[in-house]
Amino acid sequence: MGQALALPRSVELPGGGSLPRVGSVDAVALEARAAELAKRSIKRESKIFALELAIRMMDLTTLEGADTPGKVRAMCAKAMVPDPTEPSVPHVAAVCVYPSLVATARRALRGSAVKVASVATAFPSGQAPLDVKLADVRAAVEAGADEIDMVIDRGAFLSGRIGRVYEEVVAVKDACGDAHLKVILETGELGSYDAVRKASLVAIAGGADFIKTSTGKVTPAATLPVTLCMLEVIRDVHDETGLVIGMKPAGGIRTAKQSVQYLCLLHETLGPDWLTPDLFRFGASSLLNDVLLQLRKQRTGIYRSPDEMTLD
Amino acid sequence: MSARLPVRKTYKLFIGGAFPRSESGRTLDHEGHNVARASRKDARDAVVAARKGFAAWSSATAYNRGQVLYRLAETMETRQAALAAVCSGRREVARAIDRVVWYAGWADKLAQVLGGANPVAGPYFNFTLPEPTGVVAVIAPDEPALDGLVARVLPALAGGNAVVVVASEAHPLAAIELAEAVATSDVPGGVVNVLTGLRAELAPVLAAHMDVNAIDVTGADGDVAALEILAAENVKRVVRAREDRSPWEVGAFMELKTVWHPIGR
Amino acid sequence: MAAVAKKGDTPVPAGGWDYAPAPESRDIVSFEERYGLFIGGEEVSPRSRAWFPTVSPATEEPLAEVAQAGPKDVALAVDAAREGFEAWRAWKPSERAKVLFRIARILQERARELAVAESLDGGKPIKESRDVDIPLAAAHFFYYAGWADKLEYAFPGRRPRPLGVAAQIVPWNFPLLMLAWKIAPALACGNTVVLKPAETTPLTALLFADVCRQAQVPPGVVNIVTGDGSTGAHLVRSDGIDKVAFTGSTEVGKAIQRELAGRDIALTLELGGKAANIVFDDCALDQAVEGIVNGIYFNQGHVCCAGSRLLVQESIHDQLVRKLKRRMATLRVGDPLDKNTDIGAINSKAQLDRITELVEAGTEEGAEIYQPPCRLPEKGWWFAPTVFTGVAQSHRIAREEIFGPVLSVLTFRTPDEAVEKANNTMYGLSAGVWTEKGSRILWMADRMRAGVVWGNTFNRFDPASPFGGYKESGFGREGGRHGLEAYLRFE
Repeated sequence: MGQALALPRSVELPGGGSLPRVGSVDAVALEARAAELAKRSIKRESKIFALELAIRMMDLTTLEGADTPGKVRAMCAKAMVPDPTEPSVPHVAAVCVYPSLVATARRALRGSAVKVASVATAFPSGQAPLDVKLADVRAAVEAGADEIDMVIDRGAFLSGRIGRVYEEVVAVKDACGDAHLKVILETGELGSYDAVRKASLVAIAGGADFIKTSTGKVTPAATLPVTLCMLEVIRDVHDETGLVIGMKPAGGIRTAKQSVQYLCLLHETLGPDWLTPDLFRFGASSLLNDVLLQLRKQRTGIYRSPDEMTLD
Repeated sequence: MSARLPVRKTYKLFIGGAFPRSESGRTLDHEGHNVARASRKDARDAVVAARKGFAAWSSATAYNRGQVLYRLAETMETRQAALAAVCSGRREVARAIDRVVWYAGWADKLAQVLGGANPVAGPYFNFTLPEPTGVVAVIAPDEPALDGLVARVLPALAGGNAVVVVASEAHPLAAIELAEAVATSDVPGGVVNVLTGLRAELAPVLAAHMDVNAIDVTGADGDVAALEILAAENVKRVVRAREDRSPWEVGAFMELKTVWHPIGR
Repeated sequence: MAAVAKKGDTPVPAGGWDYAPAPESRDIVSFEERYGLFIGGEEVSPRSRAWFPTVSPATEEPLAEVAQAGPKDVALAVDAAREGFEAWRAWKPSERAKVLFRIARILQERARELAVAESLDGGKPIKESRDVDIPLAAAHFFYYAGWADKLEYAFPGRRPRPLGVAAQIVPWNFPLLMLAWKIAPALACGNTVVLKPAETTPLTALLFADVCRQAQVPPGVVNIVTGDGSTGAHLVRSDGIDKVAFTGSTEVGKAIQRELAGRDIALTLELGGKAANIVFDDCALDQAVEGIVNGIYFNQGHVCCAGSRLLVQESIHDQLVRKLKRRMATLRVGDPLDKNTDIGAINSKAQLDRITELVEAGTEEGAEIYQPPCRLPEKGWWFAPTVFTGVAQSHRIAREEIFGPVLSVLTFRTPDEAVEKANNTMYGLSAGVWTEKGSRILWMADRMRAGVVWGNTFNRFDPASPFGGYKESGFGREGGRHGLEAYLRFE
């Protein structure tokens, strides 16, 4: 029953098994399960744990045409010390910027453990010739990016040219060198959970270290059900092959409450081993301040004002 | 010491859940009140609002629609005095409220009476479902001022449609009071829209409008045939009241969809 | 799961991320020390002068004392219902409808209080009583309120009339919801009722009596008599009833059917089940696992229509069972009032003994048992979610209703074989079919000898959807337009 997708010779799988079958995803049941998990009531010390983990998992992001070195420097300062009044608050996992600002980010983050992730491959649309997209990747890597967030070619995917999608992932992975690769599926454009599952498997077959929901430029971006769908793919891949793949929901996650819901989803689908920034990231910008406010509220018992947090 | 001056109500249109004045700025004098005189552009805006409201209303569950319509009855019950003041009185208001309750109770039962499984001669599962037609224009009857309007609007709403009402010229205030009850009853914006003004000016605009799916002419006086000719341009469903109350009054504002699917290993 | 390489510090607490207790507050409900019977619109002390405690199955603490209605009490209740009927039948149907709408609204307004009471008295998780039981109960009253003045449309060409006094006996697994399933259609059709809640779960019925007072239900229209099985027997033997509606075990259902023989009293029965949940290899696999889990562990498996037999196509047996066991390990068993609890307490010691006995039989007969590790509380009655693999059709655990969180897994090869095995039972309440192939869903549904067939889903209930069984799962339907029939006669 399994549909084995062809793997490039250079990728060695520990288990050597074939990827799980694509199959179908029942949308109603998937959404109901996600909604059930979102109802978990996380309180007190388990809430503080979740909020701190959410910060450690954050890819603080700015991807605007209007981005400047000044803007990126300010965001990097926030990334390293999210709450200057509270030293126990950890730093975020990474910052995420356009390739042209990677060098600025590296300089600003010198000496810290915060990583630099760069989008590439003609983000967000991916509508450019392959050699342009690969040059984009190499530029980011040369500028010092630790992680590359690529977009798949949705035009190819939606017109049935799955092989092209796969080959591009392989080529980008090669161009990444040591940088680790996140593959953005742009789930909001794919049309169904079945398509998301298929795209996830193709991305993983091509060498993705992480699969990521969205560019954040299209609505809907990340949702709980689509995240659950992708986590289930990761679980199946791990079962069949032993491969460990990470996941990143991005876009539309603005509140601390949402971030805790995503963590419940992760926890109850993949287990505690996946509760680490090495395997799960939030692509977000305004989320950080809401999490900081909620942390402060948990510690003091008082509802906070948004004015209390810096806007960087 | 002078007597207390009452704060008078301004009677405006009801479009998209809000109460705007007519874009034309015109009013009509009705028993000392300045009532908005809707223009063709207001009618156009109302249809746009209704189309949006229809999307929300038709995608709610039938149970939810029933509950919202019941809430409308609750709201009308607390507004009995205000409603009675603009129609023939409390008895008419009570009848209107009970009618709202009656139709509210139909929302989650229509499919069971109007639809059903069909025993076709072949290995197919076949079923027929009623669905709302979309945006319904209602030319409100003059009498009874409140209950007459309710008798036409509630069947359309119970089926999941959105309505654009051309209020009675003789009794525009009843329509606006009803709109105020609607506005405070969890009915999504745009599901009910009320245009006060001149029937002869507004009815033909809605009858001809290409994005209106059905027109109820029960309250249309004057040249009904002319409205029907205009309605033919996009094959509108032309509806008239047939019974005082019935699920088939609701059915008149609904389409029937029949679905086939093979039955096999 | 293979070891995962970790880079950097990842201070997940040893043993994983423990959710802190998240209890729903008990303060919202306050029980009386003692509840009398609700007869003729009043709370009355039992003539029997007997009382008994109702306890929380999670802690064994007594919650309140309720009356043990004896034969005289039952007779009084039936008389009050008769008197109430003479008045109620004269009401305009649209006014009867309004009483039911009021009840629906009040149930919505007092929803949290009722949910907490239900979880305390019966043991089910607050998540379920809050999100399923109480909302559905309110919805049933809402739905049937709307039929009260529309009966002629439900039965074209016939003239519907009420039966009179309905004797109704409901079980302990969905106390308030089963009460709603009984009372809403009965009243909508113009009848009056004497309802006996289950011995171990009387409290929400008694709170419902208060709801009736608030809604100004006329005296005698709703009467609640609490007690054990003997109360139910007196009720069924009573001369003054026109109808009996019973939900409970098949055994007691048969006894009632025998008792009513020759007495020309309308009867509907909703009895036990041993539903087959049939999973084909082309199903949406993870969602099927959710459906299986929901099918047997929802409400601790105390569900007549529970998917207690998993019939899995042999080609995906191993993969499915692996996923199922892993999913079972994430089920949280514990305090019913904790918002994160998935599985609550077993309703009574008696039920726990029954489950234990059958589970022992399962291992004796050679099936292989799996239970995820879970810490069960010291006090109270608990059973870990359990699955048996290697079950044969002839095993007791494949034939007898366990009524607990115990799943039996069998295999099949072809659709025809699945149909054969699924129908090979004296029961016929429900079935589940999991396949992404539409025509197969319909083909299977066509052949299931079951009153409810769930395609790619399970345990879905709606007041508009008729529910009831084939064969020894009972007869008559509750819910939908068809649910009105049980409470009417036709001129």
